[in-house]
Amino acid sequence: MEIPYTTEPRPDTGLYNAKLGIWLFLASEVMLFGALFSTYILLRVGAVEGHWPHGWLNVPIGTFNTLVLISSSITTVLAWAACKMKRYDRFKFWHACTILAAITFVCVKSYEYHDKFTHYEINLNDGRIADGHLVRQSADEVVIHGHFVKDRKELFDLKAPGLEKAEHKELEFKRSEIKKMENYGPWHHTYLAIYFTLTGLHALHVIGGALVIGFLWGPGGKLWKSDPERFTNRIEVSGLFWHFVDLVWIFLFPVLYLL
Amino acid sequence: MSTHATTAANHDHDDVQHHVRRYLFVFYALLFGTAITVGASYIQFGNREINIGVALAIAITKACLVACYFMHLISEKKMIYIILGFTAFFFVGLMFLTLASYANPPSLTVTH
Repeated sequence: MEIPYTTEPRPDTGLYNAKLGIWLFLASEVMLFGALFSTYILLRVGAVEGHWPHGWLNVPIGTFNTLVLISSSITTVLAWAACKMKRYDRFKFWHACTILAAITFVCVKSYEYHDKFTHYEINLNDGRIADGHLVRQSADEVVIHGHFVKDRKELFDLKAPGLEKAEHKELEFKRSEIKKMENYGPWHHTYLAIYFTLTGLHALHVIGGALVIGFLWGPGGKLWKSDPERFTNRIEVSGLFWHFVDLVWIFLFPVLYLL
Repeated sequence: MSTHATTAANHDHDDVQHHVRRYLFVFYALLFGTAITVGASYIQFGNREINIGVALAIAITKACLVACYFMHLISEKKMIYIILGFTAFFFVGLMFLTLASYANPPSLTVTH
């Protein structure tokens, strides 16, 4: 059976080949992310009451990222519409906006990851627990900007009224006083493990999609001159992938940030 | 022949222009959906399951808007619906198996 590069819809499927191909690929991606979401569900319902964290992620930043991706979705579809209307100049503008939105999303995600990797829980030899962001460290001492908690369980809800009002100040510790010092990386808690897995895989998809769209915006754009219909189909197909990436985030945001 | 081709191209052009208005409407709906998702998370419905249900209902509505209008699923060919039908079947099966395994752990599992 031949599967040529063609813009003509096949008589048996009614679709051009690339569109069938991308939908099959997206179906596999649904199962990939579905597997991770089901992992999240299992971990969440299996957690001991009071031991699943809340308030560890910044909701305004997550909301901003959601708005960025939604905006990139509309700019993607407007870029495709511009191609259909034979307006290559408008296509270039809208897809430049899409790429900018993708870069913004990844930058904000990087900032969030950095925040997690510089946020430490410090268990001292005398039994006290401190929690905060790293200010500086040396061979002898560690300085964080944070607060003490009476019980480790308090750290599971950083948005609790008592903790939000707690005085945050610079706390200095000698390394000899510290029993254990761990940042909020994926190793710190099961919630963070699934958070980094889900959002890390999603971010890789954002980067991959942005690279493809960037290629079509840049060097790949010369196909517009020789075969505009085939080029428009490429924009549609890459746009479908991009919308899927947005779809995944539409579920990721409430699940990880809000619930 | 060329008149017919021009007419068809103009018709296509008008179609897409009409769709652009629809895309913008969906965009505003998505922005609104995001706002109520965040707003609803601050409301205590009394039952955690209701909070989860509300958040997921809004997310599914937003996802349907993106899928139907941005991904053109509302006017797609039957082949795509068949593919997605299989996908939905296996996705639901995956979720069902997950929850079934939680409800039915192996005999030596320690449950809290």
